[in-house]
Amino acid sequence: MKHARVMLGGRIHNAVEKDGQLLLEDKRLVGEDAVTWLPPLPPTGRPRTILALGLNYADHAKELAFGKAPEEPLVFLKGERSLNGHRQFTKRPDDATFMHYECELAVVIGRTAKKVQRDDAYDFVGGYTVANDYAIRDYLENWYRPNLRVKNRDGATPLGPWLVDARDIPDPMALALRTTVNGQVTQQGNTKDMIFDVPFLIEYFSRFMTLHPGDLILTGTPDGVADCRKGDVVVTEIEGLGALVNTIQ
Amino acid sequence: MTDIARGTVYGTLLNFRGELEALGPRMNEAPYQAPPTAPVLYVKPANAWSENGARIVVPAGVDEVEIGASVAMVMKSATEVAGYVLVNDLSLPQPNFYRPPVKYNCLDGFLAIGDRVRARNEAGDPAVFELKVRVNGELKQTVRFSNLVRPADKLLADVGAFMTLGPGDMLMLGCDTPRPRARAGDTIEITMPALGTLSNTLVAEAA
Repeated sequence: MKHARVMLGGRIHNAVEKDGQLLLEDKRLVGEDAVTWLPPLPPTGRPRTILALGLNYADHAKELAFGKAPEEPLVFLKGERSLNGHRQFTKRPDDATFMHYECELAVVIGRTAKKVQRDDAYDFVGGYTVANDYAIRDYLENWYRPNLRVKNRDGATPLGPWLVDARDIPDPMALALRTTVNGQVTQQGNTKDMIFDVPFLIEYFSRFMTLHPGDLILTGTPDGVADCRKGDVVVTEIEGLGALVNTIQ
Repeated sequence: MTDIARGTVYGTLLNFRGELEALGPRMNEAPYQAPPTAPVLYVKPANAWSENGARIVVPAGVDEVEIGASVAMVMKSATEVAGYVLVNDLSLPQPNFYRPPVKYNCLDGFLAIGDRVRARNEAGDPAVFELKVRVNGELKQTVRFSNLVRPADKLLADVGAFMTLGPGDMLMLGCDTPRPRARAGDTIEITMPALGTLSNTLVAEAA
């Protein structure tokens, strides 16, 4: 099932996808544009941990001129205020010269995971969604890189539209990814090209930190990131998960 | 203040002059190339939270941990500080600042947070905060917050320029160098008169 979390009439509703529309908990069937979409995540008691990978596709590592691929995951964390919903707006600072999208498979943890072996990793996944981990390269510095000034900006990490149940995605390592800007395809890839795959990442992280339900792993982006300007409509899409729409403002 | 749910906890690197002095010319060499212009922050996730008095597990195979004694601002809103609290930002020693040290820093329990949050009118001016770190009763470090590169208000303003903090979020003022070390079996006490004592004992991971 595909789950959404939306606002309508000043209240938050949980919904599921039905015939291309949203079936709210109160049984109303409404269109995609009738609601305000929130990140499709049930609230957690404590701030969720959001882990994000850099350089997790070999082509993208080359693209950013890092030469060879990393031997260990390059990971950073971000806070929840960076998240944004489907069909929302992300601000491009006036002084930015290079702000690019990053279409990423996002894993939502479903069970508390501590020292999980990779063969069991999928048992700990609750679902999947699409993330767009925008980056403003102008602000990059070489201290704890990428820094939070680049990667923890308010609303600069759209997530959604749907939280797709893990059981509906039998092989998350074989999903096509695509980004379009104003309708033109600018990025294409496949999750099979990840350097460190989802089971590896769950084993790797849960070895030194306990992952809790609702925690997120943004698994990196392939080749093809491009600058986007104010007014651009950026759609990051993943096979089986949906198309996440965001407009730069 | 105690009614606000705890939000995200952010740490601050290189906010003590001593940290810059310790790095010296290395700040301008590869891979850093130049000193940072923006505050250098990191997230200490919720799995790392430990309370005052909690035992903190040191993973098997780890000899020593570094004590990151500091004070954090607890936010009431994006710009208002509800109060100040002691923290012990533990980490596994590693000398590299290029990439976020997630596997050294985000271990379960590796952020002890004090239970006494005090507003400015009781805690005083953060510019003159001074805390002490003792390991097994022996004084190991005195931290004077007059040595900050960005004092509390300036840090808040510069962080607020690129991200909005919310009620319950915490922003640490930074950790001075060299960080004292401790090992399984040690009891660490961080004290500041207005903020009380943050005490935790390290225990070895069960085999």
